[in-house]
Amino acid sequence: MLAVRDTRDREAFACLFDHYAPRLKGFAIRGGASAAEAEDIVQDVMIKVWHRAHQFDPEQAQVSGWIYRIARNQQIDRFRKERRPEPEMLLAEEDTAPDAGQVVALEQEAAGLREALSRLKPDQREMVERAYLGELSHSEIQAETGLPLGTIKSRIRLALDKLRHELKDMRPS
Amino acid sequence: MTEIAHHIPDEILVAYAAGTLPQAHAVVVAAHISLCAECRAALAAHEAVGGALLEVEKEEAVSEDLRNRLFDMLDAPAPVEPAPPRRNGIYPGPVAALLGPDGQAPWKSLGFGVKQAILRDTSEDSLRLLYIPAGRAMPEHGHNGLEMTLVLQGSFSDEEGRFGRGDVEIGHDALEHTPVADPGPDCICLAATDARLRFKSLVPRLLQPFFRI
Repeated sequence: MLAVRDTRDREAFACLFDHYAPRLKGFAIRGGASAAEAEDIVQDVMIKVWHRAHQFDPEQAQVSGWIYRIARNQQIDRFRKERRPEPEMLLAEEDTAPDAGQVVALEQEAAGLREALSRLKPDQREMVERAYLGELSHSEIQAETGLPLGTIKSRIRLALDKLRHELKDMRPS
Repeated sequence: MTEIAHHIPDEILVAYAAGTLPQAHAVVVAAHISLCAECRAALAAHEAVGGALLEVEKEEAVSEDLRNRLFDMLDAPAPVEPAPPRRNGIYPGPVAALLGPDGQAPWKSLGFGVKQAILRDTSEDSLRLLYIPAGRAMPEHGHNGLEMTLVLQGSFSDEEGRFGRGDVEIGHDALEHTPVADPGPDCICLAATDARLRFKSLVPRLLQPFFRI
């Protein structure tokens, strides 16, 4: 992803495409799209990944989480004909080398998360998938106790420490 | 700035991440996250869960045609995307984006110094700004659906506690409350509802269709 962002590397983009396009298509089909619609969605998402690569910040997100966000936005734009409102963007600090420790820590968290998801019982797992695929309303999600909230708490702390550090100088008092 | 004490609950963050919240409520979430590092981090964590699910999703082969088409498109210039909304005074970017070209809210008086500005009103959801002078109460009301109220200026208190800038109060069906603006700066809130508020006393109920509350 960083090669795509920094040097517009087409081969690297081809690797990203080959990895994510079939998964995105599976996602879209499960979300109710036909095979042809799903290909359109994959195309729209992947072209956004290419054009928005400069917004990707490995200190704040993993590639998969970032692509998940773009994919959900795409599906909302398409079916609601309305843009999802997004929070103000944080301005990344210019000229600072990425904090390797933070990037590694996020990767370890992501591995832990996948591990935790694979340990869920099948029915729990299905509810989690339906929640994150946009098939449940907030009240249905609330009624379900199967969300892996325990497993994301440390991920939240990690991201928060970083944000607090970055926001320290930006916040109006 | 005082610390934000009332945050967005996880089930609403997940619904926002997945895209199932009504538009009005999604604006409140985006506005709160613009002010709250904790919920920004929590949203990123939920998106990481979504990403982890994407990683293990069953693969559906994509056509060679799609692949070729996409690679042909890479050299085309990027489509112009609307600039991300900027903060305007007390209004976080996602709210500022809904104000008029002059950056002003379309305030209408409700009497006794209370004002509202309707930013969105559809059959499913509505979004408004409320202006409540210090010390004044909003009429007592209950909820038919999900109400989310984000404080942008001043503060109010009700049966659930005190709410200052950045705090969000979540009203569910069961909650009946009477918010009163605290002394100090007049209170300005952003409120999303997915059903019309129910007022308990007769007169506001008669006025309800008129004022579109």
